[in-house]
Amino acid sequence: MMENSRRSFLKIAGYSILGVSAGSMLIGMTPKLTGASSKTALPEYIKRPEAKTATRWGMVIDTRKIDHEMNEKLQEACHEIHNVPDHIAKFDNKNHEIKWIWATEFKHAFPSDQDDQFMVDRLAHVEIPVLCNHCDNPPCVQACPTKATFKRESDGIVLMDFHRCIGCRFCMAACPYGARSFNFRDPRPAIEKIDMAFPTRMKGVVEKCNFCAERLAKGKEPACVEASEGALVFGDLNDPESEIRKLLAEQFAIRRKPNLGTFPSVFYIV
Amino acid sequence: MKDKGKIVAGLIIFFMFVTFPFWYNHGAASTAPEVVLTPKAKAAKTCIADKEFMRTEHMQILDEWRDTVVRDGQRVYVNEHGKEYVASLSDTCMDCHSNKAEFCDRCHNYASVTPYCWDCHTYPEEKK
Repeated sequence: MMENSRRSFLKIAGYSILGVSAGSMLIGMTPKLTGASSKTALPEYIKRPEAKTATRWGMVIDTRKIDHEMNEKLQEACHEIHNVPDHIAKFDNKNHEIKWIWATEFKHAFPSDQDDQFMVDRLAHVEIPVLCNHCDNPPCVQACPTKATFKRESDGIVLMDFHRCIGCRFCMAACPYGARSFNFRDPRPAIEKIDMAFPTRMKGVVEKCNFCAERLAKGKEPACVEASEGALVFGDLNDPESEIRKLLAEQFAIRRKPNLGTFPSVFYIV
Repeated sequence: MKDKGKIVAGLIIFFMFVTFPFWYNHGAASTAPEVVLTPKAKAAKTCIADKEFMRTEHMQILDEWRDTVVRDGQRVYVNEHGKEYVASLSDTCMDCHSNKAEFCDRCHNYASVTPYCWDCHTYPEEKK
């Protein structure tokens, strides 16, 4: 009796497994129901015809043409169009500060790279505009566990996908330039005037300079370059004929913390 | 089997309890909301795809858009008929459908979905 029922149980179990696997195979073989996409090549995605393209965007900053007013102008131009909140002006809270481009002293921008003993007087007092360096070998991209920050293969810009950022802040720890800021609170109350052409961020994501990817897509130069009256030059580092490469061929330029091997795309003429 | 009565009674009570929401709300179902089209959306006659497709698949399209725009930098969407649209929620969708409360929220509230698009993306009513 016992043997018999075990035998029949195993038989039924065997048949059911066969049945289920055969059924799922049949389901897998039926053509997938897709929307309009399977019929033709359309719909598809393209760039705007006026979009600026390069294989590696870079920037040269001529610090000789930059003063305190210019730095403020650069930051204003950038922060206004990108809806960067100003927690210092609004809530007097330095800890929640968000910055995409800002001014710092030479010794902080280039710590220990240059021997600052008996340094030329101008450099001891100059304000250096600093921003995300859009490194060729970006440590933040390696640190990100969700691939929310990534280097765009087409043009080398290090970008953030805010949809994917989980706010772990590994990228902030990884970035040797402090170019990233965290939204500790909802940024909207601290935005003077929301620019409708660009999204804001939400509480709990990291943000940084995007080399104005949205402006390049419309064929415009980055906002800071436009506001700089020629002090900032933007172009393709991989194109020997570009203005930026000609400038680098003529002038000695330095990069921030070159010994770390991040290969920044932002150069400084000092 | 002498507890048959109790068991059956218990089963009936259990069944009634489980199906309570169905028969309690029977007939009282709220009607599906009607979305309102703005004059601009009406004048355009057609969205980026046909109405039924948009009704069921708009979230997939938006998901595709956010990846192609943010990650690939391809910012223009060419639809089936070769018409080009800037792939942007705030600039394209909300340009015609500028009535978020009557167009987006009505259905989303009815279906009890809370998309987090608006945490970052702006919409026309928001004048700050």
